[in-house]
Amino acid sequence: MRHTVSVLVANEAGVLARIASLFSRRGFNIDSLSVSKTERDDISRITLVVEGDNKVLEQLTKQLNKLIVVHKTSNLTNDPIVGRDLALIKVTSTQNTRSEIMQIVDIFRGKIVDVASNSIMVEVTGDEDKINAIEKLLEPFGIKELVRTGKVAMVRGQK
Amino acid sequence: MAILSGAEIFVESLYCEDVEVVFGYPGGAVLPIYDILYDAEFEHIMPHHEQGGIHAADGYARSTGKVGVCIATSGPGGTNLVTGLATAYMDSVPVIAFTGQVPRAMLGTDAFQEADITGITTPITKHNYLVQDVKDLPRIIKEAFHIAKTGRPGPVLIDIPKDVLTDKTEFSYPKEVNLPGYKPNYDGHPCQIKEAARDINNAKKPLIYAGGGVIISGASNELRQLAKGATIPVTTTLTGLGSFDERDELGLGMLGMHGTTEANLAISNADLIIAIGARFDDRVTGKLEKFAPNAKVIHIDIDPAEVGKRVNVDVPIVGDVKRILVKLNKVVEKNNREAWLNQIKEWKLLDSKQEESREDKKLSAKPIIEEIFNLTNGEALITTEVGQHQMWAAQFYKYTKPRSFMTSGGLGTMGYGFPASIGVQVGNKDSAVFALAGDGSFQMNIQEFATIAKNKIPVNIVILNNQYLGMVRQWQEMFYDKRYSSTCLRKREECPPDCSSPSSNCPEMIPDFVKVAEGYGIKAVRVTEVEEVRPALEEAINSSEPFLIDCIIEEEENVFPMVPPGGSLDKMILKGDQS
Repeated sequence: MRHTVSVLVANEAGVLARIASLFSRRGFNIDSLSVSKTERDDISRITLVVEGDNKVLEQLTKQLNKLIVVHKTSNLTNDPIVGRDLALIKVTSTQNTRSEIMQIVDIFRGKIVDVASNSIMVEVTGDEDKINAIEKLLEPFGIKELVRTGKVAMVRGQK
Repeated sequence: MAILSGAEIFVESLYCEDVEVVFGYPGGAVLPIYDILYDAEFEHIMPHHEQGGIHAADGYARSTGKVGVCIATSGPGGTNLVTGLATAYMDSVPVIAFTGQVPRAMLGTDAFQEADITGITTPITKHNYLVQDVKDLPRIIKEAFHIAKTGRPGPVLIDIPKDVLTDKTEFSYPKEVNLPGYKPNYDGHPCQIKEAARDINNAKKPLIYAGGGVIISGASNELRQLAKGATIPVTTTLTGLGSFDERDELGLGMLGMHGTTEANLAISNADLIIAIGARFDDRVTGKLEKFAPNAKVIHIDIDPAEVGKRVNVDVPIVGDVKRILVKLNKVVEKNNREAWLNQIKEWKLLDSKQEESREDKKLSAKPIIEEIFNLTNGEALITTEVGQHQMWAAQFYKYTKPRSFMTSGGLGTMGYGFPASIGVQVGNKDSAVFALAGDGSFQMNIQEFATIAKNKIPVNIVILNNQYLGMVRQWQEMFYDKRYSSTCLRKREECPPDCSSPSSNCPEMIPDFVKVAEGYGIKAVRVTEVEEVRPALEEAINSSEPFLIDCIIEEEENVFPMVPPGGSLDKMILKGDQS
């Protein structure tokens, strides 16, 4: 099962290394990890998507909490959350295919952020499924390059 | 406020923490510290290898309950601490290691004696710091002591660049720490405590499985109260030895791979296991699926990550062992559990049945270790290395009080015990300290002879010398068809390549420990007969100087009982089963 875990950490040097080292030595598999600033200068938020059963997740959460730099770990998997991923996709295009690509991007409420003679760069935001779907639709045109941020998530309403 | 250099702040901060002794080895990057230490008011003991220094700090910490402090220089100084940090981390020992580092401007340039010691030690420390600004130094030292000794204790490393040691700032030592990410839970959930009490009151065959956490928490009296009040037998882990007086009828000694028959049978037949400050290590549980198959499990531990890590727990209680036992003792009912106690008594007889005196009169470990107990009235402080002698030390000495047995349980560090005994003796000046060693392990930190000789640290070294790496040899004998690959310490070029048993033609062992000791100016005797054991030990105990006894024991004696690796605890190999 896939879990979304939000980790609030001290914003200081070496924090990511501590967390990465914990995952590798305890054998946890990470699907994605994103780190960013928060509303507080001294705290960063790490959003993790990890694969594993509940027992694995419990150990992971407890081990994370043992790190002095970790302030709080929350498993958001069963919470009402808004989860978003951002992707930049460079698609091969010709004069014949360009408008078709633009139509697909439009349906997915993506944006064309760069156009070159033989490619288009698309920016698309959404949950994982949406990005997977557009990726699949664009594949036949030829994807030259793709980059994704990994999931960021926030619980809805007050918490 | 005084303006002080980083090195002066270091020393002043240690005064503020009431540090009595520091084990340190000088070097280029810590020269500023050593210049201040020249006039410092606490004791400084120089080991002869940084690893010796940190094990000494560890032994000091385990035997006194205080924080052990050591210093090493940058690069190799720091990397030589790695084994000591991992040892302390596995057994939850509060040690603080200060390392020098190259000046800030040279960080990351592969400078002379530069190593990324915070990166290297992240997985084997509770926390570590690289000090970037001298203004942070007092706060970091304060935090380090707090982190090392509270919650589940553990080692902390502080890496200080040389120019931070010479930079100056106003010094004031903080009174409080502010660590929002570090809030150990001490009290235990009241509902869980109530539930545990209910389970204990209902249990017919309960068993306490006590670990090193009982000793760390200082909860031996509370443990005793629980066990005696409700008549619950107690088995201890290797690091838990001494948490419960083994002479008591409820004391079952150690459990696990080389545990007593009664302890392992009790675990396998119990209907309730009360795990206290223990972590279900694989050497304790044997085959996990067969561990305590009929028992509910109550697990009391301060580290939530240990609860449910290896064994499913019915009643988890996260908190300080002592505080929880105090509360638990108020609600657990008296009970005499006669049938269970009688069963335990029967099992106890099984172990004594397999004891036989050696017919060949060859010296073995048991009488030596028992004699140490007798001559010191059980008041000796014992350290060990790792291997057969360690298990014998665990089996044959009757531990009666906490902090009397210092051994590397989790990491299994050969080379731990001798340097650790230095720290134990420094922290317990009036106690008889015994470093029990094997002939293999002892050579891993043999250079500390110089430290005890120069500082007149009167530890008594007893080498149980079977001329083999005995525990590995035992496994080769039992599971590798007696192919003694690299375990015979007498083996030389001229020996037959397929030799699988000692004989009178064997060459002399290298080295001659008595001569080595004498080379360091340490009094030493060799013992080969049972009758010589007592006089030698008496001489050692009565001497106010370090003393070495090289006991030549039976070469191929094995440690029994033994649960084969991956086996279940009720399937032990006993002494008689060998042939």
